[in-house]
Amino acid sequence: MMGEVLRIGSGAGYSGDRIDPAVDLVERGALDYLVFECLAERTIAIAVGARSRDPALGYDPLLEERMRAVLPAARRNGVRIISNMGAANPLAAARRTAEIAGELGLAGLRIAAVVGDEVLPAVQAGAAEWPAEIEAGAPLISANAYLGCEPIVEALRGGADVVLTGRAADPSLFLAPMVHEFGWALDDWARLGAGTVVGHLLECAGQITGGYFADPGVKDVPGLATLGFPLAEVSADGSAHITKLAGSGGQVTLATCKEQLLYELHDPARYLTPDVTADFSAVRLEQAAPDRVRVSGGHGIARPQRLKVSVGYQDGYLGEGQISYAGSGAEARGRLALAIVEQRLQRLRPDLRDVRLELIGVDSVSSVGAARAYAPEPREVRARVAARTSTLQAAQIVGHEVEALYTNGPAGGGGASRFARPIVAIGSTFIDRDQALAQIHWETAA
Amino acid sequence: MKLRQLAHGRSGDKGDILNISVIAHDLRDFSRLRQMVTAERVKAQLGDRVLGEVQRYELPGLGALNFVLHRALDGGVTRSLVLDVHGKCLSSCLLDMEIEG
Repeated sequence: MMGEVLRIGSGAGYSGDRIDPAVDLVERGALDYLVFECLAERTIAIAVGARSRDPALGYDPLLEERMRAVLPAARRNGVRIISNMGAANPLAAARRTAEIAGELGLAGLRIAAVVGDEVLPAVQAGAAEWPAEIEAGAPLISANAYLGCEPIVEALRGGADVVLTGRAADPSLFLAPMVHEFGWALDDWARLGAGTVVGHLLECAGQITGGYFADPGVKDVPGLATLGFPLAEVSADGSAHITKLAGSGGQVTLATCKEQLLYELHDPARYLTPDVTADFSAVRLEQAAPDRVRVSGGHGIARPQRLKVSVGYQDGYLGEGQISYAGSGAEARGRLALAIVEQRLQRLRPDLRDVRLELIGVDSVSSVGAARAYAPEPREVRARVAARTSTLQAAQIVGHEVEALYTNGPAGGGGASRFARPIVAIGSTFIDRDQALAQIHWETAA
Repeated sequence: MKLRQLAHGRSGDKGDILNISVIAHDLRDFSRLRQMVTAERVKAQLGDRVLGEVQRYELPGLGALNFVLHRALDGGVTRSLVLDVHGKCLSSCLLDMEIEG
């Protein structure tokens, strides 16, 4: 850290996010830290499957590409990297990162893997309440506790250039460098709360710089094709300025910051993380300059006693089919198509648990409100049938029946598509902290 | 008039719970929003998509309301049969609500 403020960039809002904005940040951002949040709820459960096929896998599929893209500039500019790209296998991710760093000529780069979030044996042994969403005795794929900032802080204290975790709370990835650099106590709830607000604002990357925001004519955003990712200049009291690099697309305004502050928020006074019960209710936002918003007033009280656990399980199969109709009468032909498939499924009686029949373009993603009665007929519709089933065979029948509408259904059905796949679902529960003790493993680039 | 003339908002998901923020474009409209956009009206606007209760939180400093909609994601992102499993499109549906001008 060069001065009074800590500069933390956000390099990814999800696993598949754009890579070039992160490269721009590490090259031009004068950052102290670059954080990549890449782990959605069920990603670990899916990654466990990859690890069981190959013990050297199970980490984020874009880990290698991201590391190759950012490590040289990170080393050159003294930027430390923190990410949950370790997914189901932080150890393998650290090893692979060390290999890549070696190939790039970055000998001596130190990578810390944070492990200890895996609690499947403990959950199976009854150390946590069985998740309400999951049938008793159903086979579980994975169980991972949300770790807080503490082990990441320990890794930073130990000199890590790169810290790779598995399941950790998203804001904790950002809170860790603040705790480390400012020396905040782990029971300084006010500052931990303020820092968690900043982490929450950053964790979805482009969603605070104008992504997931534009509404032409109402909320226009310039340059979404070159959207800049955010960085925060954090002060020792936990207040911060959110901004982005000059010349990048997007915008940082009160409106973009408000939308992101409330994103995935329930009770604003009780935002639960492993580190703190953060209080967003008195957060103040001020436009300090163009593309620069000051955030202050975040607060907090004591952390929750137990850790949240995401539990992955296989929840049957998903079968889906779609087919399109266009021109006058498209909606009526789409409705006929759905009625035919519904009758066919009743006759064939595959083992269906839940079926959804809908018309894309009419009632698939929108709610059916009163306005529907006055809407004009759409120029085209796409009939969609989706079902949850107990067997793969039953799931395949759903798509086949939709596809068979080509020759057996209404006039002018085109562009049929279908798939069937297992469903990896997620339930959640809580576990005592002593069941998920974190450990750090080190790798050094040769 | 439609709610989107006075407010903007964003959907977020956690498990089977959806939240939608409703944020005044102009802070001076917040008291009107608070009066008109009740939890009951939000539930009615989203119709059969919301099976559980709707809670409303107020953030007057930001000119914002936060709605928490339970059992609104067909069992959650990971097992839903809905096309938009995250409910991301539903903030736009909510902003289509007709309000008194």
